[in-house]
Amino acid sequence: MLYSSPIRDPLITGNKSYHDITEDIAKGTEGSPGIGWLALTGLSGAVATMGILLILYTIFEGIGVWGLNKTVGWAWDITNFVWWVGIGHAGTLISAILLLFRQKWRTGVNRAAEAMTIFAVICAGLFPLIHMGRIWDGFFIFPYPNTRGMLWVNFNSPLLWDVFAISTYFTVSLLFWYTGLLPDIATVRDRATGFRKKVYSALSFGWRGTAKEWQRFESISLVLAGLATPLVLSVHSIVSFDFATSVIPGWHTTIFPPYFVAGAIFSGFAMVLTLMLIVRKVMNLEDYITLAHIESMNKVIVLTGSIVGIAYITEFFIAWYSANPYEQWAFVRNRVADPFIFGPLFGCEPAPYWWAYWSMMSCNVIAPQFFWFKKLRRSILLTFILSIVINIGMWYERFVIIVTSLHRDFIPSSWLYYKPTWIEVGIFVGTLGIFMTLFLLFCRTLPVVAIAEVKSILKTSGDQYIDKIGDYERKEREAGGVSSSIRKDKDDK
Amino acid sequence: MKHKYLLGSFDDDEILLNATKKMRLAGYQMHEIFTPFPIHGLDEAMGLQDTRLHTAGFVIGATGTMFAVSLLTFVTSIDWDVNVGGKPFFVLPSFVPVTFELTVLFASIGMVVVMYLRNGFSVFKAKEVVDVRATDDRFIMAFCRKKYNTQAEAVEISNLLKKYGAVEIRETVLENEIAPNLFKVDEDLAHLEHGHH
Repeated sequence: MLYSSPIRDPLITGNKSYHDITEDIAKGTEGSPGIGWLALTGLSGAVATMGILLILYTIFEGIGVWGLNKTVGWAWDITNFVWWVGIGHAGTLISAILLLFRQKWRTGVNRAAEAMTIFAVICAGLFPLIHMGRIWDGFFIFPYPNTRGMLWVNFNSPLLWDVFAISTYFTVSLLFWYTGLLPDIATVRDRATGFRKKVYSALSFGWRGTAKEWQRFESISLVLAGLATPLVLSVHSIVSFDFATSVIPGWHTTIFPPYFVAGAIFSGFAMVLTLMLIVRKVMNLEDYITLAHIESMNKVIVLTGSIVGIAYITEFFIAWYSANPYEQWAFVRNRVADPFIFGPLFGCEPAPYWWAYWSMMSCNVIAPQFFWFKKLRRSILLTFILSIVINIGMWYERFVIIVTSLHRDFIPSSWLYYKPTWIEVGIFVGTLGIFMTLFLLFCRTLPVVAIAEVKSILKTSGDQYIDKIGDYERKEREAGGVSSSIRKDKDDK
Repeated sequence: MKHKYLLGSFDDDEILLNATKKMRLAGYQMHEIFTPFPIHGLDEAMGLQDTRLHTAGFVIGATGTMFAVSLLTFVTSIDWDVNVGGKPFFVLPSFVPVTFELTVLFASIGMVVVMYLRNGFSVFKAKEVVDVRATDDRFIMAFCRKKYNTQAEAVEISNLLKKYGAVEIRETVLENEIAPNLFKVDEDLAHLEHGHH
């Protein structure tokens, strides 16, 4: 049962009818693309091509072209992997967890966030694959009856759990996204003519919106949401096991699974905001992705950002409390000790990567605190800037965890400093290009907001209806009735 | 083979929901309803049988669980029992992640496949669209003329549809039958009288 409250902001503004919603959103897929879209797609396509060429070069030459050394065997590539997977968490969170929590604002952003999830996981998956070196043997990671003396994979290794987690996550997200798209593809189909109609007709699988189709659709949405909710938590938990089950100081930490999951949601929401702020402006969707949506997402950001902040502090405290000299070394001398305050305070040399640690702290812990203020949560400019700052911070978080823990190991003679080569940087920038190209193609070809789902909340969250609910409340109060700020919606009228 | 349907077109979901109940109380069972978005309680008002899709999901998911546990047990304890520092071969805790992922993978792929099959979805064969506005802002209630084949019944249905708020009533002829639904048998219609469901 849905409840609507008059104190909530409307989620659909501009006095829209069902037809207006179809018109406004489906329009984005019709007509010829604008010059801006072509320019952006050309640019990101070029960046993607550069990335793909550098990946091919890496495969051809071997990963010796990267800045890895015998001490730091994991660096940019795994940082990028974890960063992209983390970004990929927002989509499923919005579509699954918020569905179970009956958060109506999800309908404005779920489609784009799910698409973003899929593209981010594609980018993420590239990194472990190319890091294998011999990518042509990549299929060895799957357990199947084989002629290599029946050589099986190691089912007790978190790296293998990752294979299962990421591939399941990708598949389930794709199915969830595409099944949710069927009604909207049908909407586009029924507006199209000629060749476009044929294409969308095939893509819609013949969806007609019968009561039975909707009944099954609702059932599958609910069950997939129920399955995807623990799935999304499991994926980043398992990613964190890659580190947490090792014995490297700085990695060997029981706090990692929840800390990684919170960080993933944090960075994912930041990326959703970055993209949605552009999409709503460029595609004129301000009536569907309103300030109320942005504010809700900023609330999630301040929550998860604070969880991440507490995790950083807890980790540091436990390193001290454990009285383990290696753990303490990793935290103080490899991370926290900067040349100005903490280095002199602890009486030690500055950590080689102190700048990375403090970039992470300021971007992830200090920056989101602005969102405690309602005015700032509703500021589009600040949200846009902070959403980018947060993703830079989250990239640094993974870099700090991976590189600072590795570069000075138990034997001082093998201590080394890690610097990326331009090829590694180029591949990372290239994945940004791949991601943006896929997202831009998606924006032009498929409805970027879930049309059917927005229609289903129109009567409880459209501005013209919210006003009516407000009137109802006032009348009830004036009549001396028991005033409640929450009223059951139309079902119980 | 031609199939004739009488279509009542509505422009509001609440009016449609009410009309659905009223038509059934009047003794006319609609063949199908096409809507642009899911309407809470419509399946119940129509008397549709509940979907068994979630049961399929559970069965296929449980198959995934059993498959995963058997595979892991076979590999780690029977076929490739590697001794790592004397640790046990059969370790349920470390089976959890892969077992969970495979359960979810099986259940979701299985449910999607079952749903697409049961809906008769196909990439290659487009279905006849009854009304292009049914995916936009119209709610179409279809009555099968094979079931209600007399002229008197058609007139009566049309009059009732108009009375309960249909904005347009017309007859259509389709090449293919709209797949018939399974309705609840011997249902007590009393619950339709009162708003609650």
